[in-house]
Amino acid sequence: MNTHQFEVLVVGAGGAGLMAGLYASKTAKTAVISKLYPTRSHTGAAQGGIGAALGNYEEDHVEWHTYDSVKGSDYLGDQDAIEFMCEEAIPAIYELEHMGLPFDRTPEGRISQRPFGGHTNNETGKPVRRACHAADRTGHMIVQTLYQQCLKNEVKFYDEFQVLDLLTVDGKTAGVVAVELATGELHTFHAKAVIIATGGHGRVWEVTSNAYAYTGDGTAIVYRRGIPLEDMEFFQFHPTGIYKMGILITEGVRGEGGVLLNNEGVRFMDTYAPTVKDLASRDVVSRAMYLEMRDGKGINGKRFLYLDATPATINKYAEIDGRTNPDGSPYKITGEQLLAKLPDIVDFCRTYLGVDPITQPMPVQPTAHYTMGGIPTNKFGEVVVDDKNKVFPGLYAAGEVACVSVHGANRLGTNSLLDLVVFGKYAGLRAAEFAQGADYVPLPADPTDFAREQFDSLKNGSGKENVFDIGNEMKAVMFDDVGVFRTENGMKAALKKVNELQERFKEIKVQDTGKIFNTELLNAWEMWNLLDMAEVITASAVNRKESRGGHAREDYPERDDKKWLKHTLAWNKNGKLKIGYKPVVQTKYKPKKRVY
Amino acid sequence: MEEVTLKIFRYNPEKDQKWHYETYTLEAEPTDRVLDLLEKVKAYNDGTLSFRRSCAHGVCGSDAMRINGRNYLACKVLVKDVGNNITVEPLLGLRVIKDLIVDMEPFFDNYKKILPYFINESPIPEDGRERIQSQEDRARFDDTTKCILCAACTTSCPTFWASDDYLGPAALVNAHRFIFDSRDAQAADRLEIVAETSGLARCHTVFNCTMACPREIEVTVAIGELKMATITGKLD
Repeated sequence: MNTHQFEVLVVGAGGAGLMAGLYASKTAKTAVISKLYPTRSHTGAAQGGIGAALGNYEEDHVEWHTYDSVKGSDYLGDQDAIEFMCEEAIPAIYELEHMGLPFDRTPEGRISQRPFGGHTNNETGKPVRRACHAADRTGHMIVQTLYQQCLKNEVKFYDEFQVLDLLTVDGKTAGVVAVELATGELHTFHAKAVIIATGGHGRVWEVTSNAYAYTGDGTAIVYRRGIPLEDMEFFQFHPTGIYKMGILITEGVRGEGGVLLNNEGVRFMDTYAPTVKDLASRDVVSRAMYLEMRDGKGINGKRFLYLDATPATINKYAEIDGRTNPDGSPYKITGEQLLAKLPDIVDFCRTYLGVDPITQPMPVQPTAHYTMGGIPTNKFGEVVVDDKNKVFPGLYAAGEVACVSVHGANRLGTNSLLDLVVFGKYAGLRAAEFAQGADYVPLPADPTDFAREQFDSLKNGSGKENVFDIGNEMKAVMFDDVGVFRTENGMKAALKKVNELQERFKEIKVQDTGKIFNTELLNAWEMWNLLDMAEVITASAVNRKESRGGHAREDYPERDDKKWLKHTLAWNKNGKLKIGYKPVVQTKYKPKKRVY
Repeated sequence: MEEVTLKIFRYNPEKDQKWHYETYTLEAEPTDRVLDLLEKVKAYNDGTLSFRRSCAHGVCGSDAMRINGRNYLACKVLVKDVGNNITVEPLLGLRVIKDLIVDMEPFFDNYKKILPYFINESPIPEDGRERIQSQEDRARFDDTTKCILCAACTTSCPTFWASDDYLGPAALVNAHRFIFDSRDAQAADRLEIVAETSGLARCHTVFNCTMACPREIEVTVAIGELKMATITGKLD
């Protein structure tokens, strides 16, 4: 039997997992397991920036960042956690810089910052430069830098190990089971503390910016073990994905002055968000785009609009908006400067669309992007499992898989990278501290039982059904009926469909009988996770009879703070889905109407 | 939709004595990624076909492979770029484990040799803020920060094919990233490492690496700058 023992075991090696591994390993015997080589993690696809009120170009305050994030969350975020994140943002950015992260620089040699959606000067309401960036590959630089620091500090990695199960005994954490992809062998990792940092589940939807790897593995394994998932109805659709493909075009494009245009060449965002216009928060912009397209204003009658970042257009609207440089001079940009600031965006458009964004507009549509919900935690990354926030001993979660909740009903751009770094660090510190004062919980008699059972069921079906067909049907119904706009009937039909697909999934049969890199078996297991997440998302969404942030209902178009200012919790009770709620933490920000 | 012929290198270590090719005919759009075609074959022709992939848009570096004889990321090359007769094979110079999956360990071992992490043990600024770096100094190593460790460059290099103890272009690119970072303090040690016999001297300026890089890093220029630095002892 392959059994390993570590005080702290981190699952996932993106920004949160690497940060957790780096911090936990300072004082505890730690290992990081990951289904991908760490640098392949989806953090690397983040583009535009990481938020912190450094004020390197203009006045900014932690307090403003906090308020913007609370407002962005449509008041569903827990305000104590948001305050904590925005305060920690500043030391976190400096720490990354001290680790060598190559941020772009201001003329004075400080970290450069750009405007981003929903980040404002709280006095004028105008966009503020808060997103610290390294061209349009900020996430890439974060995952590289953190991996490099882990190598420097000799953190132990198990690369290409896929987690399959969380081991718990009497309500305590005992470790995880994983499969080694290269051999197909099951491994038991006996641990005092486990940190889940596996990312989101954006592959539930048809048009998505998310990696193939984003299959909700972390949420699925804890859900199967009876731990609730929080606010799963809240999922972010990013306004600007490449038409049909979903590949992300950073909000930084609009930060640099790009605007959205409809088929009449009209910049429509100023009617939906008169103050910040194209830099309203993502839920607002995605809805505006849907409404325009529904109004017949999609380009050529199709379901896309133009994102125009040609210098002529940028300069025209900068003049109309009265946008200025930090020194007060009028804002103007050249094609060359744009290429330097957004090289990857230019490359993506040229490669996938044959479009040159320096001279042509980009065809874009909203794309599934970010999981606001997830495993409930407090601000130290400790997993909390009921409406009283009872801590589950030894279990931690951080990053996109977790729901602290700092993003509430809608995340602001740049706050995801911030979330990874801040809560990855604290989860690592807390887990190591816990491990020092705890003993190993004895492993169950056959720890790999449940994992093996799951694999067997994927291999032994009738073979009547095809995994990919089931997946495509799920993605289509989720995109149509549990997407940017939702209705009772649509969601109920979607839930019924997902339940049918779960039944049909029992009839699949993996053809590959081998052990070495059996990617077919793993992909099938991942699809199972996605189906379970689709069920939890849809059930949580049907239940919430209001519109808030990313959850926009046509039949309940208003936010209803009296009834719904609360977090959803969804449990798996012996195979049956049960919904409950818990209160939102409010400090000093009272809910008010959200206008941009 | 057009008909595309996809010839794929196949090897299953648990069944096959020897590798072979399988040919599949399928319908595709000219704008489909080669990765999309591999996914289709896996879904409907042969579930055992194995390859790595994740982000599917050229930033994670998982799916480097040989397509019509040249290294690409399968997610960053379209049918219209390579034509309707497509041959897909694993990267050269690394052991094939199964189908298009190769053993990446020698590649990462070389990467680890060049001390691929920022080193500056001097105290941080007293105010706790960032170390100052001019825009010019930052631009000096911008190109080499783009590397995604996909191995397309290293496995296109004839010297690496001959022996995998050659550091290879990817490791050298990452050495460049730190050596030319004005904030880093360990340039001398890294220059010594890349100047050893398994390093710079074995680059014969074939330019395959530059052609292969999906991030369009000017690899040969970076290696040239390292060579110059080892000769002159200067970094400007």
